Amino acid sequence: MEKFIHTPLNPEEISELRAGDYVYITGIIYTARDAAHQRMFDTMMDGGQLPFDIKNNMIYYLGPTPEREGQVIGSAGPTTSSRMDKYTPLLLDHGLKGMIGKGKRNDQVIEAIKKNKAVYFVAIGGAGALLSKKIKSSEVIAYDDLGTEAIRKLYVEEFPVIVVIDSQGNNLYEIVLQSC
Amino acid sequence: MRIVHTDQIIQNIKEMCIEANYQLSRDVEDCIRNAFDQEDSVLGKQILGQLGENLDIASKDFIPICQDTGMAVVFLKIGQEVQIDGMNLEEAVNEGIRQGYQKGYLRKSIVSDPFIRTNTKDNTPGVIHYEIVSGDQLEITVSPKGFGSENMSRIYMLKPSDGKEGVINAVLETVKLAGPNACPPIIVGIGIGGSFEKCALLAKKALLRDLNEAHKLDHIRQLEEELLVKINQLRIGPGGFGGRTTALGVNIETYPTHIAGLPVAINICCHVNRHVTRVI
Ligand code: SF4
Repeated sequence: MEKFIHTPLNPEEISELRAGDYVYITGIIYTARDAAHQRMFDTMMDGGQLPFDIKNNMIYYLGPTPEREGQVIGSAGPTTSSRMDKYTPLLLDHGLKGMIGKGKRNDQVIEAIKKNKAVYFVAIGGAGALLSKKIKSSEVIAYDDLGTEAIRKLYVEEFPVIVVIDSQGNNLYEIVLQSC
Repeated sequence: MRIVHTDQIIQNIKEMCIEANYQLSRDVEDCIRNAFDQEDSVLGKQILGQLGENLDIASKDFIPICQDTGMAVVFLKIGQEVQIDGMNLEEAVNEGIRQGYQKGYLRKSIVSDPFIRTNTKDNTPGVIHYEIVSGDQLEITVSPKGFGSENMSRIYMLKPSDGKEGVINAVLETVKLAGPNACPPIIVGIGIGGSFEKCALLAKKALLRDLNEAHKLDHIRQLEEELLVKINQLRIGPGGFGGRTTALGVNIETYPTHIAGLPVAINICCHVNRHVTRVI
């Protein structure tokens, strides 16, 4: 089913999404990949303050290419999510509601998604040029020293994603393999 | 002796890094577009269509095809009658990569140490393979390799008795494990024979071969065809969302090996299989 959602995410709306839904996201989302996750994780473990409010918000696993003059952002497709698995349950327990990446998640992440009624979206891997067109503004807000891995605040319009793991724990990757 | 100056090498490598990241080779692009026509899954077809659109946007608006602009893998085939003048060759190759990634607005994805992980900020060093061949020419291939798919690659030290079946099982297992992580549709490069490191290098080289060019040995060509059919029967599909297009191609390279061994390396590449070759 095609659906349109806005950020910050509405918990009720999120719980109604089902694995396989094609969703267009509009609003603010934040980027973070390996190194930024490590830092956020360490900060949370030390009881510190995260650089942005993750409650009902969404993280996009992205490290873009540098933008040319006149461009909002460079190529901007998803990176493989499983590398963030180690850090994700803690973020979800702290209120993170959605993630955009590509590829499989481990059992702990799936459990944490169910427990916190969150959602895991996948964007098309290797379509960074196309996806960059849906990003209307981009600003580095933390961990500047990490270069491409810094945390960016993006404003996206009808950013296309697919629900892979929904709040009930249904997993689209499993479903398609079982149905053939 | 024919003299080639390193300035020429730097300039070419710089241009090739950029070219590879903005424009796929004809064979790979054609495969993606043909797969769109043949895909039977609705979501799979939609994704293949978007991959085609992505390629159009990349070349029209000067945006890299993928944000992972890779680790630069460079192959140099140096003719025995070539004399290289100027700076140290390895430094020249890295200088070409440095300039290409800077001038081409490409992502800097290399860390200086596997544990300390400080970004080198210029995408150097590349991985450089040298080969000495006959003649007075220098052939350079630049292949930026993304790590979503590189991470899903594997090596197996099979027994001779495992034979063809063993190789097929190893490839299918690897492709299944890669699943959606390697950004399917994928291209599968397979190296069979040689030693531990030789088969890995063969697998990487297999990814460089034109997808329309069949292997010249019949039994290897047949194995390529059989593997492609079997991989696509897995129905992982574009993006891992199901469908008949899991792989666009399977390329195998072989080498003599030891009486006791059957090494097999499987190098997975995503549909963004980038490589550019020039002869100078
Ligand atoms: S695996 Fe390939 S297509 Fe996917 S993100 Fe990496 S380079 Fe891009």
